[in-house]
Order: sequence, then structure tokens, then C-alpha cells
Amino acid sequence: MSANIKTNESVVAVENRLGISRRSFLQLCAAMAATMGLPPGADAAIAEAVASKKRPSVIWLHFQECTGCTESLLRAEHPTLEKLILDVISLDYHETLFAAAGHQVEAARRLAMKENKGKYLLVVEGAIPTKDKGIYCKIGGQTAIDMLKECAADAGAVVAIGSCSSWGGMPSTGPNPTGSSSAGEVLGKVIPNIPGCPPNPYNFLSTVVHFLTFGKLPEVDHLGRPKFAYSRLIHENCERRAHFDAGRFAMEFGDVGHRKGYCLYKLGCKGPETYANCPSILFGDVGNASWPVGTGHPCIGCTEKGIGFTKPIHALADLKNVVPPLGYPRIVEEQGSGATIASVAVVAAAAGAAVGAAAAMAKNLGQVTVLPPEKADKSAGKTETERAEP
Amino acid sequence: MSATHKHPALTPLGGPLVTPVTVTLAILAATAFVILGIRFVFGIGSVTNVNDGYTWGIWVVYDVMVGSAFACGGYTMALLVYIFNKGEYHPMVRPALLASLFGYTLAGASVIFDLGRYWNTWHIFWPGYAQVNSVMFEVAVCITAYIIVMWIEFSPAFLEKFGLKDIKKKLSKVLFLIIALGVLLPSMHQSSLGSLLVVYGYQIHPLWQTLMLPVLYLMTAVLMGFAIVIFEACLSSSGFRRPLELHLLTKLSRLMTGLLAVYLVVRLGDLAVRGALGFMFEPGVEGLMFWVEMGLFAAPLVLLANPASRLNPARLFISAFCLLLAGFLLRINSYLVGYETGAGWHYFPSVPEIMVSVGMIALEILGYIVLVRYLPILPREEKI
Repeated sequence: MSANIKTNESVVAVENRLGISRRSFLQLCAAMAATMGLPPGADAAIAEAVASKKRPSVIWLHFQECTGCTESLLRAEHPTLEKLILDVISLDYHETLFAAAGHQVEAARRLAMKENKGKYLLVVEGAIPTKDKGIYCKIGGQTAIDMLKECAADAGAVVAIGSCSSWGGMPSTGPNPTGSSSAGEVLGKVIPNIPGCPPNPYNFLSTVVHFLTFGKLPEVDHLGRPKFAYSRLIHENCERRAHFDAGRFAMEFGDVGHRKGYCLYKLGCKGPETYANCPSILFGDVGNASWPVGTGHPCIGCTEKGIGFTKPIHALADLKNVVPPLGYPRIVEEQGSGATIASVAVVAAAAGAAVGAAAAMAKNLGQVTVLPPEKADKSAGKTETERAEP
Repeated sequence: MSATHKHPALTPLGGPLVTPVTVTLAILAATAFVILGIRFVFGIGSVTNVNDGYTWGIWVVYDVMVGSAFACGGYTMALLVYIFNKGEYHPMVRPALLASLFGYTLAGASVIFDLGRYWNTWHIFWPGYAQVNSVMFEVAVCITAYIIVMWIEFSPAFLEKFGLKDIKKKLSKVLFLIIALGVLLPSMHQSSLGSLLVVYGYQIHPLWQTLMLPVLYLMTAVLMGFAIVIFEACLSSSGFRRPLELHLLTKLSRLMTGLLAVYLVVRLGDLAVRGALGFMFEPGVEGLMFWVEMGLFAAPLVLLANPASRLNPARLFISAFCLLLAGFLLRINSYLVGYETGAGWHYFPSVPEIMVSVGMIALEILGYIVLVRYLPILPREEKI
């Protein structure tokens, strides 16, 4: 990180504002840059942007959901995370967090939208019911469909947080009585989304910070998911992957394999067909192994449409890009055997033959003709002229 | 240097190819190939005793470490003739080179037998895959390069045989470069074979684990180069009933004993500096094997102490034999006997494993016999 960052006044100001040390602030910025796979130097840019940029206005809508996304963001164990997210953005409308209520908040939302027209960030949490003209979810007398369309019309960027708004999530699971749909489906376009139930708060924070730093959202895949977080299968980076490759599986909860931390594939782990960075960045900030598979529960595929809340938890995952080997190495590691009578006998025979042959040779050499030196030098019937060769 | 020395021309030896000796050697070599067939079909565990603790068995430690050191005759002779300008030894270069060629080529092939995923061998030479900071990488590339260099170095023998004079003439213009490489490359990898052990750290017994290992391995490689030249000269003069070039061997043995004395000083000095001398008195296999190794290193010094004794072919032969065994033991001791990777791990070569190594030696001797009879390698024999 460049020297000016260390003395940067706004970074020092962050120190006072957030009540965190400059060191842990910079560490967090570096961690976010690393999470997004940004090039060296991006950490400094992020720190600078977070510390000095004017905070973007954020409007946060809640529809058919459990507020788990917001909760996971606020209950993150990392001391700076919720402080930072609230410091980085100007949260102008959030139904869970607002002290005010009723028409007062709705008026605040409209005011913020008017003041920041075309610049504010719209975050959508929860699915949108579409059946019967969307009457199953209303806020301030307005249906979710109308509210979303109204807010999205003038937004600088729309981000869906959580599986519900990303692809329908749990509410859209059959029989889906309310016709739950994702924000993208309602708006009729692919919008950037952070699926997960709940999604990892760092993935959301990183996305927001990227927007703040570079003025645009990070690169996304065809489903609108940021590539830095959703381009790899969980299976690819899973800490239990070696057990899969070696054919060591937990066969039921609590069995020997389960207690030893073997692969959970046969318990229905959806890691092989679910795209997310859970094994890399874990969840909940409580250290090693703090993510579902790490605690011994199979992945349920919560980020993946058609898998999470759709496929039974115990059902086997489809193996997308890793096929198990035809044969497995044995689990018992052989430590080798010592000498056997036969092998010692062969070694002894070889040694005996060598020594015997050498002794016989030495005896033979007594009778060998010896070429006298002067003879050797003069006897050249045909001499060699080319010397630069062996 | 060419003008000052005149030597008898090199000619094919001729004579029968099918003899009881060659047939026995061929049977041993064929046995090895049958075992290798089993290894390639059923895996390396089906014929060897190597395991996850002892990943290197005798196919590496004997066939590669010892085998390539036995094959240092070509290196030592090239060093003497071309670097130290001792042209008098020139008639010994080509036979020594032939033995080296076989030794190294088979050592390189043995690595393939020992690699679990031999089909990935090409990764070593592919820049994207190579781990350029690895000692093993250095050894692998260096040995491969040296094998190629030696074939080029030796190719005049083939070119003479098939009468390709033009190519030979062109080749001889750049051959000095190849010869220089032929001296440089073994100096690099023979010492690196010792560096490999340094990387093992505490797993090697203090009698062998030292930062001097690269030096010890290089010195013993040169010593074994001298020894193998004497050994082979005696063997071919006895086996093919040719007169012995004793005057050259005597001079060679003087160099050999001088270097040997230096080696022993370095070896014992290193033990003393590291405070490891006491380990040789501890009862156990390691202590015993150390004494046998050092005894064999010391034997040639005693046997050849008197200059007159260097004129005795039998003594020269036994000294060379002892030195070869000593170098062999240094490698076996440091890689296998003195290696301890943790409780419960064992290794002793299995019978098929040993038979493959025996078969490789047989193939080497067989190839030597066939080629000296067929190609111009040995100096023309003078009728006395």
C-alpha cells in the first residue's frame, strides 16, 4: 500500500468515525480486494474511495423474505463490517432498520429517490409475488411489483441480495401459491445478484465497495452473479475434497466417517453442482471450518436455482465437472515390510557373486599380458589425426 | 593437443556375439523386462517394496544414484584428457564413454520405471509445468541433457562404422562444445544428487546429513570414475584377452589415491566439525554400515600405499573394486540405511525389485560387449 495512504487524512478520519484502527481498516480493504480478485493496488484505491467518496444513497426494499440477508449482514461477527457498510452507504430507506414508520418512511424514500435520481443504489431483498396482480405483498398500499418498478426506474444500479430476489428462492418453491418471482424476472432483465440463503455479507459488501470505488458493479456471469464469488463450484475448493477423491465418504450422520470429517457427498451435499465461494471465505467470521460443510452438514445448494429448496437435501448432487475415479486407493496406508529371507538371500547372492567374480578376476590378472609404455607409444601402425573427439 | 600424442587407431574387436556369458546376461536382462512388464500393467506396488514413507527404493538409489556414479568414467576421462590436457589417456576415453553412455541412459530409463505417473514425465521439460526452484528438477534436466550430450560425444564411433565422413567432419568442428558440456553437466548433477539429501533434513542420520554432501557426492563420483576406468580396463583385458595398459592405469591410480586421501580428510573433517564423530561408535546398523563404508574407502589407500604396488594389476583391480563398493555404500547408506522417516516405516528391496536392478547391470555389460565387438571403440591390439 502506498505511503500516502498511511498519512491520508480521510483514512485517519475513518479511524475516528468508525472507532477502528487504521490497520484493521486497511486490512479489511485488502481482504475485499483479494476476495474480488482485483489486481495489486486496488486495495489502496478501495481504501481511498471508502474513506473519502461521498456516500451513495441506498434504497433497500424488502418483499417476500425472512430478513435473513439483513440479519446476517448486521450480525456479522467482524467488528467493522456492519459499521463499515453503514458508513460506506447512506441508507435512506430500509424497513427493518428504520425507526420511523408508515407514511413518514415512504415520504423519505420518495425524497431520496428524487434527490439522487439516476445515482442511488437499489437493493432488493426478497421475492416478488406476481399471481393475482401481486396482491400478496403490499407496502403502504402499493404492491411489491409496482414498488420495485417505481424504485428501479431511476436507480443508478439495482442489486438483488439473497436467493429470493436473485432467482425466487424458498418462496418460489413449488407449488408456489403466490407466483413468487425474482427481481430480475419482474424487471424483465438480468440484474446483478448475490444469491445465498443468506448470502455471505462480504460478497455483498465487496460488490458495493466495487461500485463505490470504480463507479460500476463487478463483472458478472450470464445469471448476473459477480464472477469473483460465483464462478467456481463449492466442490472445487472444498476442504473435504481430498476425501471425495480418495473415496472416503460419511454414509450417515454421526457415523465414523462423519466424525472423521469425510466427504459429505453421499449425505446429499450439493457442493458438486453449486457455484459459490463459501469454502474460500467461509461464513460468520468465527474462524476455521465455519461454513455448513465445515461444520459437518452437507451443502443444500442455497445459491443455486433448481437445487436449493427444490432438490431434497438427501438427494445426490449431479457431478458437474468432477467425476469420481473408477477405482479408489486403499485407505490403509502400507508402511512396507522389512527384509524377507528370499530378498536377503538374493542380495547375499548378488554380493557374493560380485566379490567372488572380483576375486577370480584378481587371480586372473596375475597372468595377463602387460603392454609396456614405450611400446604403446611407438607402435602406432595407423595414427589418429583428428583429436577433437573421444 | 592432438599433434603431440599418437595412439593406435580404434577398431572393432570382432569375435563371437553368442557365448555362455552373453546368453546368461541376456536371460537376466529378459527377466528384468518381464518384471517391468508386470510393473507397468499392475502398478509399481505389485513388484516393489517402496511405500509412502520410503518412496525411493533401489530403482532410484541404485539404478540412478549409484548407476550414474558408476557411469562417471566418461566424465572423469574427459575431465583429464580435455580439461587437464592429459592426452596420454586418450585411448581410454571412448571405452569409458561407452560405459558411461549405458550407465546414464539406463539410469534415465530407470527413473521412468520408478515414476508412479510416468506418462507425465514430459512435464519436467515443459516450461509451464517445471518447478525451476527444485533440486530434483535440476537433476532431471541435467541428467537428460547429459545423456543427449554423451550420445553426440559418442556418435563418431557410429559415423566411422557407417562411413559417414562428411557428417563426422562437420561434427568434429563443434564437438569441443559438446565435450565441454559433457564435463560441466555431470559436475552439476552429481553434486545435486547430494543436495537432494540435504533437503531431507533431520530424516537423514547425522553420519551422512551435512551441507558438504554435494561436495562429497561430487568427489566420490570422480573417484568412482577413476575406479571404473581401472575396473573396466582390467575386465576387458581379462575378458577379451587383451594386453593391459598398465602404465596408464598406474598413473591413473596415483591420481585416484591422491584424490581419495583428500576425500577422507574432508569426510572425517566434516564429521569432526559437526561434532558427529561419536555417532560412529553407537551400536546399530548405521554405525556398522558407516565402518564398512569407510573401511572400503580406506582400503585402496592401504593397498596402493607403496608405489611399487601400483604396478600390480591385481592390486589395482581390487582397489578399484573396493572404491566402487565404497561409493555404492555411501549412496545406499545416506539414502536408505541412514534414512528414518518415522515409526513404522520399513523398506528392504523385494526380490523382483532386485532382479530388475540386476537385469539392468546385465543389460549394460551385454551392450558393452556387443558394441566393442561391433564398433571402433578399443585401441587396435598390438601383437607382442
